[in-house]
Amino acid sequence: MASSLQQTVKNQSVGTHDDESVAIRFDRVSKQYRLGQVGTGTLSHDLHRFWAKLAGRPDPFASLGDVNDRTKAIPKKALASGRTKGLVESQLHEDSSDYVLALHDVSFDVNHGEIMGIIGRNGAGKSTLLKLLARITAPTSGRIHAMGKIANLLEVGTGFHPELTGRENIYLNGAILGMSRSDTSRQFDEIVEFSGCAKYIDTPIKRYSSGMTVRLGFAVAAHLKCDILVIDEVLAVGDADFQKKCIGRMQSVSQEGRTVLFVSHNMGAVAQLCDRCALLENGSLAFIGATSTAVQRYLATNGASRVQFNRNAQSDFQFSDVAIHDVNDKPSNLFAYDEPVLIVIGYQLEHRIDGLEIAVRIHSSNGTLVFTTHRSHQINDPVPTGQRTVAMTIPSNFLTPGDYTLDLGAHIPNQRMLDLKTAAISFRIEETGSAFAQFAGQEFGVVFCDCLWRDE
Amino acid sequence: MTPSTTEPLISSTGKLGTASHPKVWDLTIEPQAGFLHLPLREIWEYRDLLVLLVARDILAFYKQTILGPIWFFLQPLLTTIVFYVVFSRIAGLSTDGVPAILFYLTGVTFWGYFSECFIKTSETFVSNSQLFGKVYFPRLIVPLSIVASSLVRFSIQLVLLFVVWAYFFSISAVQPQWTILWAPYLISLMAAIGLGIGLLFSATTTKYRDLRFLIQFGVQLLMYATPVIYPLSMTSGKLREWMSWNPLAPIFETFRHGLLGAGMFSVSGLLWSSGFAIFVCGMGILAYNRTERTFIDTI
Repeated sequence: MASSLQQTVKNQSVGTHDDESVAIRFDRVSKQYRLGQVGTGTLSHDLHRFWAKLAGRPDPFASLGDVNDRTKAIPKKALASGRTKGLVESQLHEDSSDYVLALHDVSFDVNHGEIMGIIGRNGAGKSTLLKLLARITAPTSGRIHAMGKIANLLEVGTGFHPELTGRENIYLNGAILGMSRSDTSRQFDEIVEFSGCAKYIDTPIKRYSSGMTVRLGFAVAAHLKCDILVIDEVLAVGDADFQKKCIGRMQSVSQEGRTVLFVSHNMGAVAQLCDRCALLENGSLAFIGATSTAVQRYLATNGASRVQFNRNAQSDFQFSDVAIHDVNDKPSNLFAYDEPVLIVIGYQLEHRIDGLEIAVRIHSSNGTLVFTTHRSHQINDPVPTGQRTVAMTIPSNFLTPGDYTLDLGAHIPNQRMLDLKTAAISFRIEETGSAFAQFAGQEFGVVFCDCLWRDE
Repeated sequence: MTPSTTEPLISSTGKLGTASHPKVWDLTIEPQAGFLHLPLREIWEYRDLLVLLVARDILAFYKQTILGPIWFFLQPLLTTIVFYVVFSRIAGLSTDGVPAILFYLTGVTFWGYFSECFIKTSETFVSNSQLFGKVYFPRLIVPLSIVASSLVRFSIQLVLLFVVWAYFFSISAVQPQWTILWAPYLISLMAAIGLGIGLLFSATTTKYRDLRFLIQFGVQLLMYATPVIYPLSMTSGKLREWMSWNPLAPIFETFRHGLLGAGMFSVSGLLWSSGFAIFVCGMGILAYNRTERTFIDTI
């Protein structure tokens, strides 16, 4: 499989396109993160570690950074295969478990004027790829070349200041994204109209609803002058109407001959928008080509039945892991249609937060949101603190056969998002003889509904 | 994944370089930036951002305050009164024959500018990690905007200093000298030293948060090692020799010499300060640029 994989990469990325049509070229890009060895945050900890090293004791902070299984395996493989020539030797440590290759030798081209999708599971390297392209962090080896001006949208409304008015923030945000003041002035009315916040344009944005803030942010971003637009899941926010507006905007951007790089978990949006897709798996390019094939391959790579999340030292609430179990409490992610699906969510809550809700959203493979469920609908008590687990069951005979992904969220409703893991884990409901078995391959919806029929 | 399968990749990338018309890219992102990389052109392209960041700092400072910009005056004024009571009335320190209030107000105003440049610059990465983690722009814009917005604040405080000075001048208590013409240069020297040291520290505070506490009280200690609340003429012998190595000392002395007619004006001292400012600024920018590339991985 490895060699066929290389074949695909070679044909698609470097072989078949001539240089003139290339907008972005990733040339053997790798990004290595250090784990454990990263500064512990305070000088005393580092001195402590240094002392332990001298005394020949193990690193007292080595567990920091939580290596998860899938990433642990890569560097060893990479070292063994001898394909690390590109990496600076001194940057490779003999003890490879200290390092994670978030991206490993990724090469491909994005053509001028196309909408290219980047898909892959959590931790596959999508965000790292974007961060490199956005020049937020530098690659460990390899180069990225680009023609034209790049605008990166890793977040909307970056740098908004709550005390400033909508008008002031439009200028500030525009400047942060690289627009000159005269550019912003020229498009000011269009931006305000697109955002739909005209009435509140001279109100400090701390008085805005979160939806309005997002709309204002996207409105500025949508009017950026650029040749290449890089977008990370901004479409996941906002109401349906606004999402439609965003997708329309992206399509018009590409019709103007600009290049769009779109990173998303939403297979529906990807299929609708993208001409080609690059599929990342464990930091390597697994496939690049037609969107439909890429999406199929993405869905076919059967995900883990348990996913651990990296820890972030500073947050009050964080999800630590999520697992999918069957009725016997055994890990699984294949289910019969008449089997209940148990979702087990681990989290760490530092202190009690009033109004905290834990929610799960279930998406079907084409990106349709099937339903959302909140812990508080079943349990009225506040979320218990500490390292805890909460379980949720999707009843049997409910979801129709197909692939489903789920998002985890923790929030204070309408106020604050504490943690969000999109497309955290996925599972499949197998066709095991449901009433729809005879219609396999056709659309029949995502849920079973036992409706009452009566002859009159 | 045998070496042979990787061969085409290497050769095809090699082909790029040898082609008759090698493609010229607008942007190339590489693992390491040049050692002496100073993106002046890029900073110029982002000059509007610099202006808007300064405006943001000033606007956000007094929005939702009742007294507004008056806070800019209150801080040096109250500090001056405390210094006057403690150092002049209780401790009886000399002020070189200058009215004590004016002497302290001068010192406090100038020191305020230096320490603000230094402390705020040193926290650039920590307090902007959200912004830096999401969008690219020449990172030097942020420390430059700090120096500029502190300068705006400082200018407002200078108005207060001037009012007090004018009063003492009208009663002939001070004799300004021609050396006052050095003032703009002295202010830029102070900004450069504050910026330079701040940049050096900013590179290290991303990894070691301890240094933030050290900076807070280090600045206070540094003030006592600089002739801010006492004149250099009070020191003598070995102590003065040591003091004159403080690159900030000639700046404060020259300024007092010009404005108040007291203090020591020494060209060699100013040369030393200038040399130090250039050196520390250069080192600071180097350290900052090195950190800027990957600090988001370690913060």
